[in-house]
Amino acid sequence: MGSLFRSEEMTLCQLFLQTEASYACVSELGELGIFQFKDLNQNVNAFQKKFVNEVRRCEEMERKLRYIEKEIKKDELKIPDFGENPKAPAPKEMVDLEAQFEKNESELREVNTNAEALKRNFLELTELREVLKKTQTFFSVVNLPNIVGEAQHALVIEESGPAQAVQLGFIAGVIPREKVPPFERMLWFACRGNVFLRYEEIQQPLEDPHTGEAKHKAVFMIFFQGEQLKARVKKICEGFRAALYPCPESTQERQEMLRGVTTRLEDLKMVLNQTEDHRRRVLVGAQKEIRNWIIKVEKIKAIYHTLNMFSFDISHNSLIAEGWCPVQSLEEVRRVLKEGEKLSGSTIPSILHPLKTKEVPPTFFKTSRFTQGFQNIVDAYGVATYQEVNPMPYTIITFPFLFSVMFGDAGHGTLMFLFGLWMVIKEKSLLSQKSNNEIWNTFFGGRYIIMLMGLFSIYTGMIYNDAFSKSFNIFGSAWHSTYTDGDLQGDGETATLVLDPGPFYRNGTPYPFGIDPIWQSAKNKITFLNSFKMKMAVILGISQMVFGVCLSIFNHLHFKMIVCLFCEFLPELIFLLALFGYLIFMVYYKWLVFDVTESGCAPALLIQYINMFMFKYEDASEKTDCDVQATFYENQQTIQTIFVIMAVLSVPVLLLVKPFYLRSLHNAKTHPPKVEKDTSKSVNGKSKPVGEDVKVSYGHALINHGEDEEEFEFSEIFIEQAIHTIEFCLGCISHTASYLRLWALSLAHAQLSEVLWTMVLHIGLSMDMQYLGGLIIFVVWMFWANLTIAVLLVMEGLSAFLHTLRLHWVEFQSKFYSGNGYLFQPFGFKHILDIDSLQEIK
Amino acid sequence: METGLVIGIVTAFWFFVGAVLPIILQFFLWRSPNKGIYQIMLILTAVCCYIFWLTAYLCQLNPLFGPQLSVDMIRFMQQEWWNDQSV
Repeated sequence: MGSLFRSEEMTLCQLFLQTEASYACVSELGELGIFQFKDLNQNVNAFQKKFVNEVRRCEEMERKLRYIEKEIKKDELKIPDFGENPKAPAPKEMVDLEAQFEKNESELREVNTNAEALKRNFLELTELREVLKKTQTFFSVVNLPNIVGEAQHALVIEESGPAQAVQLGFIAGVIPREKVPPFERMLWFACRGNVFLRYEEIQQPLEDPHTGEAKHKAVFMIFFQGEQLKARVKKICEGFRAALYPCPESTQERQEMLRGVTTRLEDLKMVLNQTEDHRRRVLVGAQKEIRNWIIKVEKIKAIYHTLNMFSFDISHNSLIAEGWCPVQSLEEVRRVLKEGEKLSGSTIPSILHPLKTKEVPPTFFKTSRFTQGFQNIVDAYGVATYQEVNPMPYTIITFPFLFSVMFGDAGHGTLMFLFGLWMVIKEKSLLSQKSNNEIWNTFFGGRYIIMLMGLFSIYTGMIYNDAFSKSFNIFGSAWHSTYTDGDLQGDGETATLVLDPGPFYRNGTPYPFGIDPIWQSAKNKITFLNSFKMKMAVILGISQMVFGVCLSIFNHLHFKMIVCLFCEFLPELIFLLALFGYLIFMVYYKWLVFDVTESGCAPALLIQYINMFMFKYEDASEKTDCDVQATFYENQQTIQTIFVIMAVLSVPVLLLVKPFYLRSLHNAKTHPPKVEKDTSKSVNGKSKPVGEDVKVSYGHALINHGEDEEEFEFSEIFIEQAIHTIEFCLGCISHTASYLRLWALSLAHAQLSEVLWTMVLHIGLSMDMQYLGGLIIFVVWMFWANLTIAVLLVMEGLSAFLHTLRLHWVEFQSKFYSGNGYLFQPFGFKHILDIDSLQEIK
Repeated sequence: METGLVIGIVTAFWFFVGAVLPIILQFFLWRSPNKGIYQIMLILTAVCCYIFWLTAYLCQLNPLFGPQLSVDMIRFMQQEWWNDQSV
């Protein structure tokens, strides 16, 4: 059990690697993924690190690979994932890879540039062809050709001819369709209406050579008179970035030109197709290899980054690395280092040397995919301090259980369980899809949690006897009624009768499994259930808190703080049990001892509890009739007084004993000087804590300055202990009340469920129409199902999840957990590649 | 069914899950690294579920008041659940 009960024992190691062997060794260590390197060159400028050139080359390669990848994706080719994981290539092969990427990239760039030029050409020719075709219609409509020709002839002959001769020039071109209205307006304003614009849209969209998107364009023709207008029109066309084309006036010339253009277009199309084919060939060639290349380059870069963290020893031509490693894995690391040496052909072996240190090691848990989800929940609040008790194994069960107390519906629980089960069964295929949707990834990461929550919800739902707000009657109700017809008078729906427990309750056992089904139909259901659920919440809460306090025993024992065991754990336990454990006892006692025959005398627990603190007792034997505030068992006064005094006494013990004890230890130590220096204040698993100073450090936030004589600030310790005492005592009360949210949320869930039944499904089911009713229930069921999933499953589920999280983090863990550690982040390719693959854009 | 019988059966069941099974696992799975986790899971499940059931059972042992039902409902229940055809 050791591995998850508390974090793994870690040791700081020093690695001495030969320079030739270093690359291969780091590559092997990366494959293993169990060693966390420390950065020994933190103060060095990034550009002065030893392997900065190699890193630069890697980034160049990555850039090229990104470009190639982008081109592949542009052509909508899929990058196949064979699932293989190539190892990082040796430094010699890096040069080959670089050359290959260079070749691929330059080829692609060339092809792209050529294609772009060709496409531009193609576009111009296409537009020209459109212009030539469309102007035919313009001319015929306006009936200009002869007139223009005649007019120009006339002008040439008679320079100062009559002003009636129309002297029209024209411009033809192509403009994007959406710009036509503003273009028209501008022409109208600028030329004061003296120009004539005709335009016609081109049917098929034309491809823009640079961006590749298809644009709709229109052919236009502007007729104007005079040079000034011509210049103005030309400027406006430039402003709107319209492409102008020369258009011959006579039909013949136009036809000839059209033929020429068409031929050229066909040739160009052929060339364009061939270019496309070439590009595709290059891309397909790269497509197979690109994933492997990307992985290899990432690994090389990671290795060089890591090598940059080492310090270089010139005298021995070796690199020195420091890092953390679990003690159990030291042998594996040594084996892996030997393999690295063999690969690189180095003769001088590398050395792995464990160090002793005062630094706090990182926290490492060997989790499986089942336990990782729960460990994430615990870590989200705070990573466990090194070798502190891990709350995770208990969270596996208590988390889904407390969730289910708040969720308590067998029907909803079944749905949730099936959802979780599907995710677990289809784990592999869902993982390989590598989705980027964060919400889905969150749900998928918690699949085991969801499955367990659903399972427990089925159980608590059966106990609450609530499935989609209906009850099961499996064993037969424990209540019965012997009312006669004469008793049952009045309006059937509004008139009510109460079944008094005396005559009408059970001849045998209460309903054996859960709440009796008769309560679902009762009008005073909530009164009964509230009492039950509130008491249940308090019972569960106090149990969990006592469990948390008991877990702190393990912490005290492990860190050798025996004084804590007696002056923290015991007073805490006594305080908790004497006050709140006694409350639980009273709850059970009242349930067991008092029944309906003495219902008037059944003690009011709350008032009794308050009287306990106020030492106000009324002896029952002195009264003639029952009083709910009187004592209800013998010697109650003495017992309760003892409990209160024990609890009150435990507070100063909790507050005072530990600081003064530590101070006396410190004084005893400093006055007669001790020979042994206290070495480790940190809780390094290798060295046994020598001095009592370790006991001071545990659980406190004192910072070690690396000095041998530690500082003993009595005031600080005292204040910390005072805070701890106040937190604990007030916390007991407030946390107990906080657990009442178990009741509140389950009430809310049950009421929401009932509302959905009464207001939605019931209306559909109770329609009194034969065939139309069937259709109506079909529609109503859709509403009911959608609301159930959206409101009751998703919203209530998330809400209950959040509250359970809070209950664990604050109420449970504050009793024993400090969470001041930092996570172990080993150098491993699996971690690096996994993270990267999540960020790939699909 | 007697009260004692019901309590006895359920207690025995959860005792088996929470105490006997972990002991069996201790010998059958003694090499597995996850043995501890299984044991903790079994014990905690048994404890939590048993407390939950016990509280629900005990709170109904001696109820201080009964359900308030509409007259229609009582009529229906008497006929269907308790086979009283006289109403």
